[in-house]
Amino acid sequence: MSLEKIYPKEVKQILSKYPPEGKRSAVMPLLFLAQREEGYINKAAMQDIANILDITETDVAAVVGFYTLYHEKKAGKYYMQICTDLPCALRGADEFMNSLCGNLGIKVGETTPDGTITLEAVTCLAACDKAPMFQTQGPDGIKYHENMTVDRTMELINTLKHADKEIK
Amino acid sequence: MSYILLRHRDIPDLNKFNVYKKNGGLAAFKNAVTKMKPTEVTDVVKNSGLRGRGGAGFPTGMKWSFIDNKNWPHYVVANADESEPGTFKDREIMESNPFQFLEGLALASYAVGATVAYVYLRGEFWELAAFLDEKIAEMENAGYLGDKLFGTEYSLKIYTHLGAGAYICGEETALLESLEGKRGQPRVRPPFPPSFGLYGKPTIINNVETFTNVPMILANGAEWYKAIGTQDSPGVKIFSLSGRVRKPGNYELPFGTTFRQLIYEHAGGVQEGRPVKAIMPAGASSSLIVVDDKVLDTPMDYASVRTVGAELGSASIIVLDDTVNIQWVVNKTVHFFKHESCGKCTPCREGTYWMQNITHRLNDGHASTGDVDLLLNVAKQMQGKCLCALGDFATTAVTTGIERFPQDFKKAVKA
Amino acid sequence: MTKQVTLSINGINVTAPDGTNVVDAAKMAGIDIPVFCHHPKLAPVGMCRMCLVEVGRPVIDRATGQVVMENGQPKIQFMPKLETACTNTVSEGMVVLTTTDKADAGQKSTVEFLLTSHPLDCPICDKGGECPLQNLTMAHGPGKSRFIYDEKLRLDKLVPLGELIWLDRERCIQCARCIRFQDEVVGESVLGFDERGRSTQIVSLSDPGFDSVFSGNTTDICPVGALTTTDFRFAARPWELQAQASVCTQCPVGCNTTINTRREVKAGGDIVVKRIMPRQNEEVNEIWLCDKGRFAYHYVESKKRLTKPLIRKDDKLTRASWDAATKFAAENFSKAKKDFVVLASGRLANEDLFNLKSLADHAGGTAIMYSDMGGGDVTALVGVGQGTNIGKMGSGDAILVVASDMYQEAPIWWLRVKQAADRGATLIVANPRSTKMDRFAKHIIRYAYGDEIKTVNDLSKKGKIADEFAKAKNAIIFYGNEGLGLNGSTGLASACATLLKETEHIGKPNNGLIGVWGRANDQGAWEVGFRPEPDLEQALKGKAVYIVGADPVGDSPALAKALKGAKFVAVQDILETATTEIADVVFAAQAFTEREGTYTSGERRVQRFYAAVPVKGDTKPDFVITSILGRQMGVILEGSSVSVVFDILANSLDAFTDLSYEKLAEVHDQWPIVGRGDMYYGGTTYENMKGLGVQLAPTAQTGATVRIPKVRKEAALRPKEKELLAVPVNKLYDRGVTVNPAQLLHQRIGEATVTLHPTAAKKLGVVEGALVKISFDGVSSEGVVKLDDTISTSVALVPRSMGIAIREPVAASVVQLGKVK
Ligand SMILES: Cc1cc2nc3c(=O)[nH]c(=O)nc-3n(C[C@H](O)[C@H](O)[C@H](O)COP(=O)(O)O)c2cc1C
Ligand code: SF4
Ligand code: FES
Repeated sequence: MSLEKIYPKEVKQILSKYPPEGKRSAVMPLLFLAQREEGYINKAAMQDIANILDITETDVAAVVGFYTLYHEKKAGKYYMQICTDLPCALRGADEFMNSLCGNLGIKVGETTPDGTITLEAVTCLAACDKAPMFQTQGPDGIKYHENMTVDRTMELINTLKHADKEIK
Repeated sequence: MSYILLRHRDIPDLNKFNVYKKNGGLAAFKNAVTKMKPTEVTDVVKNSGLRGRGGAGFPTGMKWSFIDNKNWPHYVVANADESEPGTFKDREIMESNPFQFLEGLALASYAVGATVAYVYLRGEFWELAAFLDEKIAEMENAGYLGDKLFGTEYSLKIYTHLGAGAYICGEETALLESLEGKRGQPRVRPPFPPSFGLYGKPTIINNVETFTNVPMILANGAEWYKAIGTQDSPGVKIFSLSGRVRKPGNYELPFGTTFRQLIYEHAGGVQEGRPVKAIMPAGASSSLIVVDDKVLDTPMDYASVRTVGAELGSASIIVLDDTVNIQWVVNKTVHFFKHESCGKCTPCREGTYWMQNITHRLNDGHASTGDVDLLLNVAKQMQGKCLCALGDFATTAVTTGIERFPQDFKKAVKA
Repeated sequence: MTKQVTLSINGINVTAPDGTNVVDAAKMAGIDIPVFCHHPKLAPVGMCRMCLVEVGRPVIDRATGQVVMENGQPKIQFMPKLETACTNTVSEGMVVLTTTDKADAGQKSTVEFLLTSHPLDCPICDKGGECPLQNLTMAHGPGKSRFIYDEKLRLDKLVPLGELIWLDRERCIQCARCIRFQDEVVGESVLGFDERGRSTQIVSLSDPGFDSVFSGNTTDICPVGALTTTDFRFAARPWELQAQASVCTQCPVGCNTTINTRREVKAGGDIVVKRIMPRQNEEVNEIWLCDKGRFAYHYVESKKRLTKPLIRKDDKLTRASWDAATKFAAENFSKAKKDFVVLASGRLANEDLFNLKSLADHAGGTAIMYSDMGGGDVTALVGVGQGTNIGKMGSGDAILVVASDMYQEAPIWWLRVKQAADRGATLIVANPRSTKMDRFAKHIIRYAYGDEIKTVNDLSKKGKIADEFAKAKNAIIFYGNEGLGLNGSTGLASACATLLKETEHIGKPNNGLIGVWGRANDQGAWEVGFRPEPDLEQALKGKAVYIVGADPVGDSPALAKALKGAKFVAVQDILETATTEIADVVFAAQAFTEREGTYTSGERRVQRFYAAVPVKGDTKPDFVITSILGRQMGVILEGSSVSVVFDILANSLDAFTDLSYEKLAEVHDQWPIVGRGDMYYGGTTYENMKGLGVQLAPTAQTGATVRIPKVRKEAALRPKEKELLAVPVNKLYDRGVTVNPAQLLHQRIGEATVTLHPTAAKKLGVVEGALVKISFDGVSSEGVVKLDDTISTSVALVPRSMGIAIREPVAASVVQLGKVK
């Protein structure tokens, strides 16, 4: 299915931001839009975006591959991306990550058996004073969760598990 | 003293259009468009001595005056990529005082004749982008953005654009590539953006904090602004303070405030009352300063920080106490830069990978005796050889760490 | 003229045009600065950091604007860091030091960094021996490795980017030359980087993979063994190869090539062709080659090669001596008198065609050119002027391409025209359907099949496009035979010539007419006097025919029928074909790789090719066979040496006056300098040491009056209402005898197709992918339906040489046979 069919208004609005000679600029917003569907970007979506923007599929793939917020494979419904970079680590992020792994029974990079959460360690998210912190990336976009404890995180995961209605 | 940038701390609900407006907001922009020539706006900014807050500290007014007037259209881009580990100031501004930032962006656009401006936000600022879109719409509805503003010939549109997870997109030319829908890799310079920028057109790029200063400068005048801070670095700066302090957070203080004042007077000192071992004043790309009383009493401005062997950069002050092992710190920074190297230049692409192999060995206790020397050597071999500054950034903590804290590395090898 | 700038490099004064980068300026002065990412044909990107040098500039006094002097010398301020020579352009008084300790250390460090992730598998790498990384490691690399080998990144080593090009991810050094070539030079962005940092890898997502006919060039400019061709992979080591200059025989561009050969056990100790490489000729192909030219050569070693003369005995072709075979043919031809017909094609060399034409003339017979395209006499009149170089066309110039899908018909011209458009030339594309040229065109003219002549005539009237063409400083027209037969293309050529004459775009370099011919030496055939025949069937029926380098029986059932009714058929070819099968006598000819001679390109450049491999079996060059045959018929033709035939030819043809065989072998300096020891600069392209060829002056340039033949007939059939018109189009990879034997290309050749507009298909009740029967002229053939909504609803596109015999537009019927494949 083409993005122009599923999200005609959004596609039009995205394209209107850029001058005609800069049409290609829409590739990143369109990729975010495409990723809404299944949580990752498949080859058909890349082809679709290439067609909309008059560029090649390879051009689109090169963009997808460069940025970490685009995913090419199916993973958990939500990515839980914990910042373990220097400033957060100085405030206990590594320990936080470890106990979370223990609680969930998975390792960094893995997905919970029920497919809700994929746990990732990421670099600085500009919330260094509010560690431990992470962001969730899911069907409803990206959300920050700051000054977290393991207990509150487990609660959140529980809510996400049961939030089967996607908020668009 | 009242806040100049973090004014929401003085005025509740400043992120509401009416509140901002009631507190004198957008008057500077309207005044400029209706009563000033674009070059006059640039001149005020030039005279204020405002320097870019994105890291390099380049004089802002001078940058604006470089815009190539033979090639049109012009663009202005706000750098809201904020990805330097330890930096979180632009986010607070945009969340809590968005209109002042947008007004600054609008003033810059008017000054250089741009009719379209983009705010390039790091992809993680997803919610913030949606929030800014609302604020932009409110400005548009109130007639502060759009066609023929205030009955003049001047029109302006502001759009947000989200990145998708790449530190390098904070580098201005990589940002432009990314905004053009390509891989975010830095361009060869010259030509510089004021002559060849977005879509090959003259473009001004400034940091969010830089723009946020501008409405206040126009409202109060260059002289008012210059009177704050130091001669070398006029005005105020938001110091993002993190690490082992009691009260981490953003602190808006005049340039020239000392490290000691920031850490002890404002942030309540170090956790558990421990001594400060080292300071990284510019985030992960910073040199490690060995801290003693002299250092603590060093004023934080561009020139003074240089005297203690570091750059002020984006003023992301990471405080390390005596429990922190510098070898561990270096492993963290190297890991960061290895992850963020765009891969364009050989020394950066290969060097960060190589350094990471060695710092992992050191961190895991598998290092051999020559490894510290090798690490230092590889880092030095990378220096001064890359297209953009990331290649150098990746090495500063390594070289200053090994040279200034040798004992922490010796320990790693023995273990 | 661009301003010249003088600088000093390693103490040597160098003068170079303003804007030149330091690497190129050094090269001009004979100083090699090591590079990986920089390539003289690509925009500098400064990413590999190999070309680090010290750069200083004279200090200018701000107040006076004068250079500050110190001890009588200009004071030089050096940059604090090393600079990349490829991204620094020359400036007056600049001082560059490329071999100081500091520069040396910088270069050495880059090599060391590159080697940390390189697999160092040179002993099994195809590039070994001609590898820039290997060479630069020897010259600038560190003696020993400080990197722990076990920590090297492991990546995939056998990645097919398509079926023609393979990628070894471990060897790639991320210089992006391949990506940039596809992007900047070709404009087909089918390669890209995936991931980032150390994980950066080349990918191609196109379908088919690496979907570009220029893919092979990336293997020439790849500075390591990351990209290799399926053809040459694991086939030989570069140092075992011999090199001989040649010219590509696949299309009228006439790309200069080098044939690499080796003696091989697999071939029973014979010397065989291992690969075809580009040879520099900046006025023809620069340093590039299309994939057809690079890979299709395999036909010369096909199992169907004829190795000896044959005579039909008891209805079977059996071995005969040259004497017996030629005598047999001579008797029949002599007997036939004016019914003696020579049918030859532009696959042959000038010397072959000259002897054949002479034979027909002296024996009182006729010489017919085997071709569906006319206008070669017109290109001789108003062809592009001597000194033409499309590579120099740009802003202010105009190029019109009409009735040609140049990407498919003459890829390197397509590339050069595209680049002229990039440089600002006004490109006008007139074609009934969209082609890959459209993207670069300033103006696209869509006409209905049949309106070719009218379209060109309209360009001589007032109008925006017409004015732009008329006012252009220089203008070239390329015309082809898409949708046209002989009559149509003949008329089109005249119409184009008239437009060029009226707008005064003739008789000068970069002005005039070029035919996009079907064969490499079609223009040469016209020059020596061959002419195609509108009613070929009639011309062959009942005649004694001498067919050379053509396969009419394989191409067309109608011609097969006509030849069955011929009095006598002698066929001369290098391969067994459907036509040799019906022959009374067969002469085994030598392939172009086994002999020498000359071809005349579409730009009327006469170029020499040379023998690269030993003669196969008992074969002879075409001109020799004709000479022997001639002697048997009492006609004396030179048959001892090509050079003598050429010189006789040059003496007897006006256009060739002043030419000699030697002159064709002359060379002069070319820029960029490629093919020397420093392969890291230009790639593995060969330097041209065997001749750049000579362009013939058209009549218009000699001062003689130019009389353009009148257009006699309507261009072509127009589609009629309620009728389906089958129109011929051209395809690069077709089933022609000089392409089909290359197994490697079979996936791209595909099957015979019939392309319809979706509406037309619906009306006919056929669906995409279905097998259909297409019938015209009383003959039926099969093809697979393809849909294209950019074409008219009343036509069916039928590619030539794909098994459906089509010579010109013709009313056709289409019915579905089987299910969708
Ligand atoms: C690797 C790298 C990352 C950078 N990241 C940022 C960033 O996240 N935000 C920013 O404002 N500037 C960043 N910069 C600086 C910008 O390139 C540029 O100097 C700045 O946006 C100019 O704005 P200013 O003059 O207002 O400081 C970065 C520079 C480099 C070399
Ligand atoms: S494949 Fe070759 S040309 Fe392409 S980037 Fe890698 S090394 Fe360079
Ligand atoms: S950086 Fe100059 S050749 Fe690669």
